[in-house]
Order: sequence, then structure tokens, then C-alpha cells
Amino acid sequence: MSKINSREELNALRQVCIRALNAEKTKILVCGGTGCVAGGSLGVFDRLKELIEAKGITVDVELADEPHGDVIGMKKSGCHGFCEMGPLVRIEPQGWLYTKVKVSDCEEIVERTIIGGENIERLAYKQNGEVFQRQENIPFYEKQTRAVLESCGHINAASIREYLAFGGYTALEKCLFELTPEAIVQEVSESNLRGRGGGGFGAGRKWASCAAQKETPKYIVCNGDEGDPGAFMDRSIMEGDPHRLIEGMIIAGIGIGSSEGYIYVRAEYPLAVDRLRIAIAQAEELGILGDNILGTDKSFHIHINRGAGAFVCGEGSALTASIEGKRGMPRVKPPRTVEHGLFEKPTNLNNVETYANVPMIINKGASWYKAIGPENSPGTKAFALTGTIQNTGLIEVPMGTTLREVIFDIGGGMRGGTKFKAVQIGGPSGGCLTENELDVPLDFDSLKSVGAMIGSGGLVVMDDKTCMVEVARFFMNFTQNESCGKCVPCREGTKRMLEILERITAGNGQDGDIELLEELADTISNTALCGLGKTAPSPVISTIKNFREEYEAHIYQKRCPAGACSKLKRFVIDADKCKGCSKCARNCPVNAISGKVKTPFVIDQDKCIKCGACVSNCSFGAVREEA
Amino acid sequence: MQLENMIEIDGIPVKIEGERNLLEIISKSGIKLPVFCYHSDLSIYGACRMCMVEDEKGRMMAACSTVPRSGMKIKTNTSRLRKYRKSILELLLASHCRDCTTCENSGKCTLQELAVQFGITNVRFNNDKTEPKRDESSPSIVRDPSKCILCGDCVRECNEIQRVGAIDFAFRGSNATISTAFNKPIAESLCVNCGQCAAACPTGAIIVKDDTSKVLDMIDDPDVFVTCEIAPAVRVGIGQELGLDVGENTLGRIIAALHRIGIDRVFDTATGADLTVVEEANEFVERIKNGEKLPLFTSCCPAWVQYVEKKYPELISNVSTCRSPMSMFSAVVKEYFKDKLPEGKKRHYHIALMPCTAKKFECKRDEFDGVTDDVITTQELIKMIKKSGIMLGELEPESVDMPFGVASGAGVIFGVTGGVTEAVLRKVVNDNSRTALAQIEYTGVRGMDGVKEVHLPYGDTELHIAIVSGLANASRVVEGIKNGELHYDLVEVMACRGGCISGAGQPYISHRHRIKRGEGLYRSDRESAIKCSQDNFVTSELYSTVLKDSVHHLLHVQYKNS
Repeated sequence: MSKINSREELNALRQVCIRALNAEKTKILVCGGTGCVAGGSLGVFDRLKELIEAKGITVDVELADEPHGDVIGMKKSGCHGFCEMGPLVRIEPQGWLYTKVKVSDCEEIVERTIIGGENIERLAYKQNGEVFQRQENIPFYEKQTRAVLESCGHINAASIREYLAFGGYTALEKCLFELTPEAIVQEVSESNLRGRGGGGFGAGRKWASCAAQKETPKYIVCNGDEGDPGAFMDRSIMEGDPHRLIEGMIIAGIGIGSSEGYIYVRAEYPLAVDRLRIAIAQAEELGILGDNILGTDKSFHIHINRGAGAFVCGEGSALTASIEGKRGMPRVKPPRTVEHGLFEKPTNLNNVETYANVPMIINKGASWYKAIGPENSPGTKAFALTGTIQNTGLIEVPMGTTLREVIFDIGGGMRGGTKFKAVQIGGPSGGCLTENELDVPLDFDSLKSVGAMIGSGGLVVMDDKTCMVEVARFFMNFTQNESCGKCVPCREGTKRMLEILERITAGNGQDGDIELLEELADTISNTALCGLGKTAPSPVISTIKNFREEYEAHIYQKRCPAGACSKLKRFVIDADKCKGCSKCARNCPVNAISGKVKTPFVIDQDKCIKCGACVSNCSFGAVREEA
Repeated sequence: MQLENMIEIDGIPVKIEGERNLLEIISKSGIKLPVFCYHSDLSIYGACRMCMVEDEKGRMMAACSTVPRSGMKIKTNTSRLRKYRKSILELLLASHCRDCTTCENSGKCTLQELAVQFGITNVRFNNDKTEPKRDESSPSIVRDPSKCILCGDCVRECNEIQRVGAIDFAFRGSNATISTAFNKPIAESLCVNCGQCAAACPTGAIIVKDDTSKVLDMIDDPDVFVTCEIAPAVRVGIGQELGLDVGENTLGRIIAALHRIGIDRVFDTATGADLTVVEEANEFVERIKNGEKLPLFTSCCPAWVQYVEKKYPELISNVSTCRSPMSMFSAVVKEYFKDKLPEGKKRHYHIALMPCTAKKFECKRDEFDGVTDDVITTQELIKMIKKSGIMLGELEPESVDMPFGVASGAGVIFGVTGGVTEAVLRKVVNDNSRTALAQIEYTGVRGMDGVKEVHLPYGDTELHIAIVSGLANASRVVEGIKNGELHYDLVEVMACRGGCISGAGQPYISHRHRIKRGEGLYRSDRESAIKCSQDNFVTSELYSTVLKDSVHHLLHVQYKNS
């Protein structure tokens, strides 16, 4: 392909791509997201292609210039979000979704579905006895509004031609040929798009403020250092629809007056890096990226920087320092990043999801966008839904959807019918919400008012078998490991909070520990240098607030009410059931059990190592575990 | 009513007068906020969080990194702030060595001082201070990261002010530490021994190496003839810690103290500086005359010499071949007493009292054959004086011992930036009239600026001279010369800002005090009977005695590394 030098040429190419796409009688989309790839989807793809070609049918992996005859389009798509059910295969035009597909299923798929046109019920998703053939009918998808993730799972993630066929780069066209830079920034400002990275700062305000800077050059930086445990929204976009991100960044560049963009991707996302590299090369080849985009006087270049695995590099100033090759440590502000960012130049920093929202806003207008979700937090938000619920995966809902809808409608409720206990939202910076807060709408301001935050969008649902002190310990362990070590409260304070949480979960909690945790949390959240430090105590604060009695049970009764803390398990012999056979005592490796034959035995708790040998060796079910 | 360009600090209105941050304006209003990581000369780091203040809405902000805005209402001392500061101190102490009584920096440690100030009587966390990890590889400084609070002052001093880059942060979170590249001993790093890291360190994590016990042992040895020389900057650096005025010339009292401690003869390095002036002026004039390599870089500062060796080895031939005043004078003293040791003495031990940690390195360089046996910094001298129970203020001043009892004012001002240049110009111009001296004084050689330029008519041409202090400034000038943007005939470089008066061996001072020390030296110059080095009859005579046929051997050097 040669460089495109005008809007007309681009549209001509788009028409070719649309024709080719329409010519595909059947499309097979094999999920190429990280989860499905790990489950073996690439093998499924190869096997399907091999089997179909053996039938003498033409398989197009890339859209052809000249559509010809009976063609089956085979695509490695981005993440469908329903990772739990992967590897996923979607069949179009029917919209059928096959779940947990194995290489051994391929023959049947080709014979019965591709040739025979029939649905294989065995591979379809089932919930409560009901079979769902079409992907869109599955409750997990039905309740979602997929806007940013619209094409994720539906297009070939490695093809700019498909992106064009699906209307990609039309927003860029509009920005290049119809709108002034001021109008672009104005549109984004009016849409009230708020940064999806966690803080929720108005993207338009940021753009305008960066555009107003006199100094040049300016930089457009994309934060793809998604580091929250269990969060993979940005990864899915980069893997599944990389051109959408690129388009958003070019538009930002035009609006703000920058010709250099940097995408900072964590190195743990090799697939995202690959897909982005492919997408950038494709866009450069077509003249959509590079000098004189589509023959205009606008230029934009994108560079990829891979993060080396520091969570703190998701913080703006640490991220820019890292790109510059310096140690990733947040710096004091002011000056703000828009004034003094990358290479000490004005810099606009947004995350992947934020940029990915931009093409839609330009295409459909600010008022369309504002109509989705609440006025102050419009648009949709992607969440990574995990934990003890039926359906886990990547979802997208309008802002303002309640937690109840997300967990019980989309998530399908608790797995195995257990009882909902809490949901952790916002990753290590967020908090745990309870039953009482299930009807809080998911938007920036409402969550803040209940002591949680959207963060980058992780949702971990927990049932009554989850120990909340352990949850706090887990997140504190994460933050403590990831603290950059610059400011004292975060470096030393999180270490001490972790130390206290560790001793509480190990049964060594002391009177005053809760108060000490609260005191440290207060100091850290008020004095730490950066946002990561300031929010590091949030999981502890919210669990103490909502589950103080669990902390107290650990400390004062040396008991874990959820039965999760292994060091707090207690084995006791029920005197009524014990026959005094002495089998438990004989099998105890540490001689912790004693008693007189034919009278109930007892376990010396000081000696017991909680191995459970007594439980399995009791023929009368007399040994039980006490929480 | 809100006043224009004013902020309220603890209820008192204070005018904003261009202060860069709240800390400066709070300090102006008479309140000293606790800080570890704030130094006015360094970039703002904002890591210790001790200077947190709050506004009337209870919003917390670090004073060091908040820009003052008209109408702000700042509270600096609320119970909440005290609680946080105490909590931060407690956290620092929990991971820190708490054996204060055996720490070399006890009494000078900011952590210790603030712990007392905030009444920390109990630390509620396990003390997991690591075992000492002393790095004693350097002749100048001792590092012990187990005492480090990671304020980063040393790192910024080394990178921003000195542009040496010998140390930086390594690892993260609670494993973070200050390290050389690949954690090599500091002596094997890019370190040039300027010691400014130790000067900036608020705790005992980097300290100046203490060589006093060896000196005291030598003094006690009846077989050893002990002589010493005192550098110019020492006499104006010592007073503040011994109950005298900052910048007061205490030379006579130091001599009296050293005599009491038991040193046999006490001399003045300024005498050596007179030799340096003559030699360096000759070399400079010769280079101009013969069209040899210019600019000529001065060579008095051992940290600068090492900086050239490590960063700009290609420029080593531009560095004057003159030894530093210390190494010249030590060589002369040793040579003089070679066969004149007093009765009963078997060995000659010569020490130099210096404001400088790099001198400790210089005296151990192979090139100088150990003419200076040991270097004692001003800080160590203070320790020696205190240890001896001497009350310096009570002593009657004594004079420098013969046979080297005379030094010119030109030799004394070596201790302040621009002094070497001024002294050399007095020789080059070779006119000791008051007018000529005043003309030189007002060319721009004086003042505390990091880079000064002097242009002076010389014959039918003009001399272009740069006077630089602080190695980052030196690096900028060198880069300018290398890429052809800057042209000089002579460049004076002192590694420490303001010259030797701010040496890392001196008690730590603020900029204000730095100026006072400089003034002290210029005052001595004014009071000197001899203004120009070439007029010093004692050193002039040496050329026909000790230095006869030995000028090159005793006063010049060819660095082996180059």
C-alpha cells in the first residue's frame, strides 16, 4: 500500500475495505486476547483455517482489494471480555458465540456450523439451564453498553483495513479537514469526558490547558501502564482495537498542537506492544501517522515505551521520568504535567481508555456523548469484573450503573450461591463497599462520597468466605512492594501498616493495633507525596470502617470469622462425638492431642500446627474446625 | 479585608516578595519549619513531608513545594500537623539506627535534633535498622547507608551542584538505598572527593573521615617532630562552632591551640600559596608568550583536578602543572627540615589543616610522595580542640612559627572564589600600588557568583578570565569552551561553591555565612603588610635555598593518570 495523500483517497480505500468485508459470507472471529491465547485459541485458529482450506474454501485473513467468490473471513479478534469462558469463537453473521473451544472441537465446528449452518449447542453458553446461542443475548453482554469496546472481539485487531471498514479514522478525517484545533478541544471539553485513569480530571480542561501553553514542542502521552491487580481494560483496548487509541492520540495531537506521541505500555503486556507496533506501522504506511498526515500540514509520530514493571510509573510524573530514562519517581507539583511534563515540555497525559473515547465523541458529537450516563460523569466505563461471581471478565457499562446491576445482572450473582459480602473497587487505591452501598451509582463523584474510587476500573467481588483483614493485607502488601520509596509516609508508613496487618492475620494482633492502623492511615493519606501514597491506606480505612468487628475478632479472640486466615484456624474435639479411640492422638505429628482412652480427647492449641491430620483421621466426625 | 500580595501565616500578614515557595516565606516570617530534604540551593524534592502546613480549610500542603498565592491563610503549627510530623519522625526512627551516643554525627544530626524537638520518647514499631554497612574505601568520607533517611540531599548535591553523578537511588520502596553504580565502593566510583554529600547529609549516613586519633598519637610520640600548616579558609570557618563570630579570623588562636595540643611548629598554607602564585603566574605568562595551550586551568583544587581526570581527561594538559599550595608547601617544609630535625627527633610528620575533604585524597596521591602525611579538616580540628578541653575564645593569639612566618594577603584570599585569580593578577600586573590593587579588586573577581568573568588589558591585548566555583558550573564552562562558544585565557575552578570557605571539611553553613567567611579573608588581606606574593621575602628567599634546582621537582607535578 502506498501513502494516502487526500481525504478522497482514504475514502476510496475505505470503500474497498467495506466491499471486501461485505463479501465475506461467513466470518470466524477467534479471540486473540491474552486470556484466550493462554487457553489455546491460536491453536484453534490454525486448526479451523487448515480444516476449511482443506475443503477448498478460500479463507481471507486480511481484507482483499478485490473480493472474490465464496470467502470466509478468519480473524484473530481482540478480547471479548468473557475471559472465563475462553477460548471464544464468534461466528458471523449469526452472532453465535462458542465457549471453551478446544482444537478437538474444530472439526465439528467446520462440518456442522461452517458447512452445515447449524449451531452446536454443546459449545454455546448456558446459564441456569438456558442455552444462549447469540453472543448479544447472553446476560453478561445483554446488560452492557459497549462503546469503547464496541469493536473489541468483533474486528481483526491486526488489520487497519478492517478498522477502516468499520468507520475507523473518520473522526480523524473530520478533525483534519473540517475542524479547527480549537473546535476539537471545544468538542472534547463540551462532552465532559473525564479521564479514565482514576482521578477523573476533565480531559477537555486538560487539553485546553495544554493547548494554551506557549512552549514547544508539546507531547501527547498515553498511559498504558495499567498496574492494578486484576485490571485489564486498557490492555484489551490496546490488544483488541489499537487503531482506536492511535486515532484518539492523533486527534489530541492536532487539537493541542503536538506532533509527538508516546505510549507507555507495561512490559507485561507483550501482546499489546505487538499489536500497537503493527498498528503504528500500518498507519505510517498509509500516511495516517507520520509527516503530512493524509497530505495535510499536520504531522504526528507515535513512539512506544515499555515500562519495566513499576506500578508507580502509572503516576504521571513518574511515567514521564521513566520515558526520559530516569528513575520512576513522582515529583512535587507544581509545575503540572501540562506545563512541565515529558522532557520538561508541555505534555498532555491521558490513559488508554480516555483517548479511545475521543473518536466517538468527535464523530457523534458532545451532546450524544453527554446523553450517556450522569451529567457530571458522562460516557461509559470499562470494568474488570472478578471474584466469586458467576461471570467474570471485561465489561462496559454506562457511568451511573449501580454495583447491584453489575454484580447481579451482568455478573450473574454470586458463584455457587454464596452470600455477597463486599466488593473491592478501584484497586489498591480504592475501598471495599458492602451490601449497603450496592445501589451507589458507579461514577466518579458518587463513589468518592462513599470512600471508594473508580480507579482504573477493577471490581473484585467477595463472598462471606473472604476475610476482610486479609484483603486489606493483600492490597497493603501490593502497595508496599510498589512504593517508590521517595516520601517517608508511603515508604515507611505502608511498611508498618503491612507489619501490623500481617501480625493481626497471623493471630498476633495486639490491643491498640486498629488505632495504630488508623493513625498511620491518617498520616499517610494526608502527607504522602503522590496520589498512590495518599490512597494507599484506602483498603485499610474502608475495611476498618465496614468490618471493624472482623479486625477485633482477629485481635481479641484470635479468630478469623471468615475462616480464611490459616494461622487462626482452631481444631477442637467435640466431646459429645468423641469416642476416645485415640486415633487422632496417634496421628498427630506434634503430639498436641491427649486424653484417656474411651473418654473425650483434647487438643492443646499451643502445640497444634493446624495440619488437619486429626480431622481426616477421626472416624466419628468429632474433630471440627472452628473459625 | 484581603491585602494585595500578602499571605497570612498563623494569623500574621506577611508580604510576598518573590519567594519561590511557602517555606521561604514562612521562614521569613520567623518560623523555622522542620525539614530534611529542603536545601535552598538544590532542586525541590518534597520527600520528607515534615514541612506540611495546612490552610484555613484544613487542606494539607508541603510548604517546600507550594507556590505562595495572595490571600492564602496558612497555619504552620496545629495539633494535626504536630501529630503528622511526630508520626513521620517515629517512622523514620523505627528504621534507623538509634545508637546516638556512638554515632560520629551525634549533636549535628537533624534527625536527632527533631526527635528531641518533637518529644519522641517512644517508637511503637519494631526497630529493624539494618546492620551498619560502612564503606570506608574513600580517604575522604565514610558512608553508612544504615543511617540514611533517603532525603536525597547527597544525590542532588552530587548531581545538580557538582554534576559528578557518583551516587543515586537504587531499588525501591523500603528497599530503596543510595548507591554508587553497581554498588561499588565509593572510591571506585566517579566520586571526586569533594565531600559536599557529607556536608548536605542531615544524619550520620555520610560523614567526613576522622583521622584525628592518628595525629594525636603522632603528637604523643616523643621521636616524632610534628609540624602543621593551616589553610586560609580554616581560620574563618572554625569560629562559629567554638563560640566565636562566623567568619572571624581565628588564625592566631588556632596556632595557640595547636601549640597547646603539642604540635611543634605551626605554619600558614598562605605562604605556600605565595609560591603557587609566582609559579602559576609564570606558567600563565609563559603559555601566552609561547602560544601554548590555553585556557590555563588552575590546579589548586584536588576535586577539580580529579574531575578533569575522570570527566575530561583530554583537557588535563590545560591544567596548570603547579601543585596546590598545600602540596608545594608541604614539599618545601619537608625538604627544609630534611636534615634539620630538632635534637632528639627521629622522624618528621607534617599535617595540613584544610577546609577540604578532597585534600585527604590529594595527600595520598602517589605523585606527591607523601609530603603531606595527613590532612585534618576544620571539623576534625574542632574535635581535637574540644577533646583537648581548650576554650579557643580564651586563648591569646600566637603567631606563625619561623622559618616560614610570613604570608601575603594574596596568599590568604586563596580560600575564597576569585582569590587565586586576584592573587595571580597582582603578580601578572606586577604593580603593588594601591590603585593597581583596587583596579584588580573591581574587575569582577570578587563575589559569590558561580561563574564570573574578568576582562583585563594586558600589554596590547586583553586577558579573558573565568572564575568558577561549583563543579556543575565548571562543567558548563568546560562544555562551552569545548564547543567553541566560550574563550578564555585563564579559568579558575574551585569545586565548592564560593571556594574553599565552603569546603566540605568546614562546619556546614548557609549562603549568608558563606559571604561572611569570604569577608573575613578579604579583611585579612587588607590588614596584611604584604599584598603581593612576589613581595613575600620569605618565599622569595626559598628560591635560592630549598628550591634551588628543585623548583620543578618540589613545586610542579605531572599527574600519573593523564
